[in-house]
Amino acid sequence: MDWLFFGEISLAGLAMGGLYGLIGLGFVIIYKATRVINFAIGEIMMFAAYLFLAFAGGMEMSPWVALPLAVLGGSVLGGVIEKVMIRPMLGESSISVVMVTIGLASILVGLVELGWGADPQLLPEFLPRKPVFLGELYLAPKIAYGFLIGATLLLVYLLYFRFSRGGVALRATASDQAAAYSMGINVRRVFNLAWVFGSLAASLAGVLVAATGGLSPQFGAVGLSVLVVVIVGGLDSILGALIAGLFIGWLETVAGAYLGGQYRMPATFAVLAVILVLRPYGLFGTHEIERV
Amino acid sequence: MEALLEIDNIEVVYNKAVQVLRGLSLRVPAGAIVALLGSNGAGKSTTLKSVSGLLALEDGAVTAGDIRFKSRSMKGAAPEKLVRDGLFHVMEGRRVFEDLTVEENLIAATYALSGRPQTFRDSYELVYTYFPRLKERRKQLAGYLSGGEQQMLALGRALIARPELIMLDEPSLGLAPLLVEEIFTIIARINREQGTAILLVEQNAAVSLAIASYGYIMENGKIVIDGPAEQLTANEDVQEFYLGVGGQEGEARSYRDIKHYKRRKRWLS
Repeated sequence: MDWLFFGEISLAGLAMGGLYGLIGLGFVIIYKATRVINFAIGEIMMFAAYLFLAFAGGMEMSPWVALPLAVLGGSVLGGVIEKVMIRPMLGESSISVVMVTIGLASILVGLVELGWGADPQLLPEFLPRKPVFLGELYLAPKIAYGFLIGATLLLVYLLYFRFSRGGVALRATASDQAAAYSMGINVRRVFNLAWVFGSLAASLAGVLVAATGGLSPQFGAVGLSVLVVVIVGGLDSILGALIAGLFIGWLETVAGAYLGGQYRMPATFAVLAVILVLRPYGLFGTHEIERV
Repeated sequence: MEALLEIDNIEVVYNKAVQVLRGLSLRVPAGAIVALLGSNGAGKSTTLKSVSGLLALEDGAVTAGDIRFKSRSMKGAAPEKLVRDGLFHVMEGRRVFEDLTVEENLIAATYALSGRPQTFRDSYELVYTYFPRLKERRKQLAGYLSGGEQQMLALGRALIARPELIMLDEPSLGLAPLLVEEIFTIIARINREQGTAILLVEQNAAVSLAIASYGYIMENGKIVIDGPAEQLTANEDVQEFYLGVGGQEGEARSYRDIKHYKRRKRWLS
């Protein structure tokens, strides 16, 4: 076995996994605060990536202006979705809300095809192109810098939720909604912010992933890998999303390199099946099973 | 005297089908402790939830009557607005945020101060002077506190909000008699020192009437008897049905006799 090759593949996989963790975090924030399983997270990523394409490609802005704008656009989209589509569903059964997010995913795909067509596109290059070496291991620069940017946001989120007053409000709402109301916390606003923050994480990850692998209206299928990540990690566990993200990213890449690209998804879904049998609530989730 | 809270003939219906309150009225004067007593299912908690606006979360609605806080109608106001206006509801079963630390639980309560210029630090110190034990445990997860400490935390969160009225839903629930006494002593102290009015919902009539100045007793969704605490304590029916004192000679009754119990309550419910 070629250990150098294995090391490089693993490194690339872990870097990709970091981005999965970021998307998973976006998913978990929304789930934790509002108990909504958001199947449209992949499409929100895609939408933000197309926004980046429009700003940096079509309107020829500097990518470093286009990136924050696209991420901002994605978060606003999340906030609007919550206000217009999710809030009226408050009190409905969780399966109805899930169906709304699935429908929303189709709408977003349709909108993107209307605007940009169905052909795959390449994002303008914006990350440094100098090869990155960790010891002897080579890492594609796009992946390396993508990971760095993603990890920075991840760290900011973790610190915010742990130490800020807003983070306390979010965790309090997640822990006991009625009690949060009785503390004077504006729970509806927390719901809205959870969608904004969750979509923000997904949007940034969307642009970074699209920058390495190209963009098409089918890009939202990444959301499927992320679903595996959050189920393996536990739907309501931020730590679980990070660890499972790294692991699933690594597994996908290694399986793709050694067994061939067609084995990427089967490998992760096999892991998912095993985890579901052994720990139905995920590796770090609370022991309470959500049926969808 | 001007009442801080006035509940005027309200009716509450859950799920558009189940009527729980049938024309209930009560008033809490500023700075007073008022006890609301009654057995299981009488509608005590529903009364508090209809005041604090948490009723909507359980698909309940106030269908008739009016609720006035500081002489303004509060029917249908958002729960967080009421809290920020000075009305704090300590829910039944303590409801601390179990996966947050004690300190974070108190931080969460500072949202009640939104829109009021207050320094949070003084508020924390105030809580710790009433409950020194919380200070020792402030870095611990609230879920790992004992029942008594959780009740202290629930009261502490109310103190943070500097309310004019605290509504307490069964603070004695699941606590040992000694702890109940300790908690009630502190409740009386808070009332005396902070001037906070307290609406106390309880099943434990003896301790409640000991610290309250006025009491209401409810059955089946309405008030059946009310009066100053001493008067209620002296009332023969209240003694028998709520204080566990025997019909004859004022002795405590044995459970064996209750089987043969025949006498009807003198009030109509």
